[in-house]
Amino acid sequence: MLSLNARDFQLLLFVAAITMLAPIFLNPFPVDSSLAQFNGGYPDLMQRFVIFGIFAIGFNILFGLTGYLSFGHAAFLGAGSYAAIWMMKLLTMNIIPAIILSIIVAGLFSLAVGFISLRRSGIYFSILTLAFAQMSYSLAYSVLTPITGGETGLQPKLNDPRILDGELAAGETARANLFGLEMGSSYDLAVGGWVFTFNVGYYIAAICMLLAFYASIRIFRSPFGLMLRAVKSNQNRLGYTGVSTRPYTLAAFVISGMYAGVAGGLMVAMDTQAGAERMFWTASGEVVLMTILGGAGTLIGPVLGAGMIKYMENIISKINTTILEAWFAWAPDGLQDVLVSVIYPFVGKGWHLTLGLVFMLVVIFLPGGLMEGFEKIGGLFSRKKGKNSDSVAGSASPAAAE
Amino acid sequence: MSSAQVSSNNDEDRGFERGTPNIVFHIDDVHKSFGGLHALSDVDLDVQEGETHAIIGPNGAGKSTLLNVCVGRLEPDRGAVIFDGHTLTGKQPYEINQLGVARVFQTPEVFPDLTVLENVMLPALSKRDGHFRLNPFKSFHAETRIRDEAIDISTKLGLGPALEIAASSLSRGDKRRLELAMGLIQHPRLLLLDEPTAGMARADTNATIELLKTIKEDGMTIVIIEHDMHVVFSLADRISVLAGGRIIAQGLPDEIKGNPKVKEAYLGEEEL
Repeated sequence: MLSLNARDFQLLLFVAAITMLAPIFLNPFPVDSSLAQFNGGYPDLMQRFVIFGIFAIGFNILFGLTGYLSFGHAAFLGAGSYAAIWMMKLLTMNIIPAIILSIIVAGLFSLAVGFISLRRSGIYFSILTLAFAQMSYSLAYSVLTPITGGETGLQPKLNDPRILDGELAAGETARANLFGLEMGSSYDLAVGGWVFTFNVGYYIAAICMLLAFYASIRIFRSPFGLMLRAVKSNQNRLGYTGVSTRPYTLAAFVISGMYAGVAGGLMVAMDTQAGAERMFWTASGEVVLMTILGGAGTLIGPVLGAGMIKYMENIISKINTTILEAWFAWAPDGLQDVLVSVIYPFVGKGWHLTLGLVFMLVVIFLPGGLMEGFEKIGGLFSRKKGKNSDSVAGSASPAAAE
Repeated sequence: MSSAQVSSNNDEDRGFERGTPNIVFHIDDVHKSFGGLHALSDVDLDVQEGETHAIIGPNGAGKSTLLNVCVGRLEPDRGAVIFDGHTLTGKQPYEINQLGVARVFQTPEVFPDLTVLENVMLPALSKRDGHFRLNPFKSFHAETRIRDEAIDISTKLGLGPALEIAASSLSRGDKRRLELAMGLIQHPRLLLLDEPTAGMARADTNATIELLKTIKEDGMTIVIIEHDMHVVFSLADRISVLAGGRIIAQGLPDEIKGNPKVKEAYLGEEEL
């Protein structure tokens, strides 16, 4: 189906089901319960899940398949954002042309950066990409201010030309839309104590992520993908089998840059502004963390990693002392203070500490990322299942045992 | 994009006589030094089309250096290597391979993270697609013709049961067989074998000899570097003897057997 084998198609269906139903299962707690702050099903966060998911899926095509670790991919995300906002200022607030230009600009930019950086491999490649990204960040704040808006960044303004949209009526503001369907519009569904928000922007971003994910599966399963995996496995040997490795690594670099462009364009589509901070090296580092945390080289790992980091960033960072005190209200005063003071450094502004600890634990115990953890758990279950089916082997057919 | 058709118009044809079309591979006056050590001096070698040419010599004679010069891994200080009118010297290894020259390494250099089947299919894909092809939406599983051939060659080499396992988990002997399969699937016009049976048990060595004999019958030109004289005299049509970086003798197997210079070079090493 869709030129995928049965297993990949099932995976795609699974991811599609999860993304489509995310507004429901990300809000497991009723709105007035004390755990409601753990609900992640609000549009802004869900949009981040899928947008950073796209970014990480693309990054994984470079890092997961070829092993080339870029520390500058945020530059392509930033370039995509600027391209999208300019399209919205000059042509139309419709997100389609904006995203198309994001992909083109990010692709061309990554072609230039990749062409130079891929002359080296290993740590030298990483440093070169980092240098390019930091250079872009600095330029965006200095000489490129007329294009980037410098520190204030860029937003659509009333007096922008927007050739295709025409002039705004008095009091009207320019809103990103898809043929009139505004990104910010949502439908709230109240069921008992629960409220589920279905947001247009989220669903458009989710569809983009599903397309990106599908393309990534196709790349993984293609002869091109095999060559990329061979680069990671033994780059020198590849030359002796008649393969020129540089065009392959450059193609992977540009494809991953274009994915970053889509993510940058979608960011602008959801929240119509662009700033240079998106290009800062920490943003590049974040996508590396997402990919490694989820499982580099796996299909779905980077999306999981992106989801986990964004969830922690948005949910754990909101927990403050008042919330902690409310949680431990049942404990005697002295114990409550101890519990709050022990947990406090790991939440709120200290969420990075929690992330760091999780990252360390994953890298030490699960070098293959969260996906390795799931595989191990799956392995335990299938072993147990195997034992059970062995015991009834006489009565069960082989097909049933499988 | 394909590089299979690499133009030979600009290639220098130093030493290659177009009038003798059956000489397909020519090493012309190659010198290579590492510091003060002359690894190769005045090496001249002609290989005819369809011939199996063995290069023998004691340890440190420069055999592997010569092979490295042939495949572009090392650049000679002087001289040139010419294959079918194309100067290989100065070319990238992938360009040399795309011209139809495949090398089987002495120390297995496979792709450890790929499966055995993928390892064997990869060189066939590169032969068909050239040095680069952007086909990200083509299914690897749909490559049935190449897959069938890879399975066939792997099975012939005794790798049939290991097709779906990672190459890293193969034994050293199996890795050598995999190396050979990776070279053979390309149906190269020139196959360079660097001690293909080193470390193999006698039965496996004999099986490899039989396999190489069938390849020979198909008309493939083979240059083989080998220590095992049983392999050399079973396969070689002609033999060149390398000692101290120089070719000291060249000729038919029987001529080499009786050559006093060769006996002297091998003195104390092995009875020819």
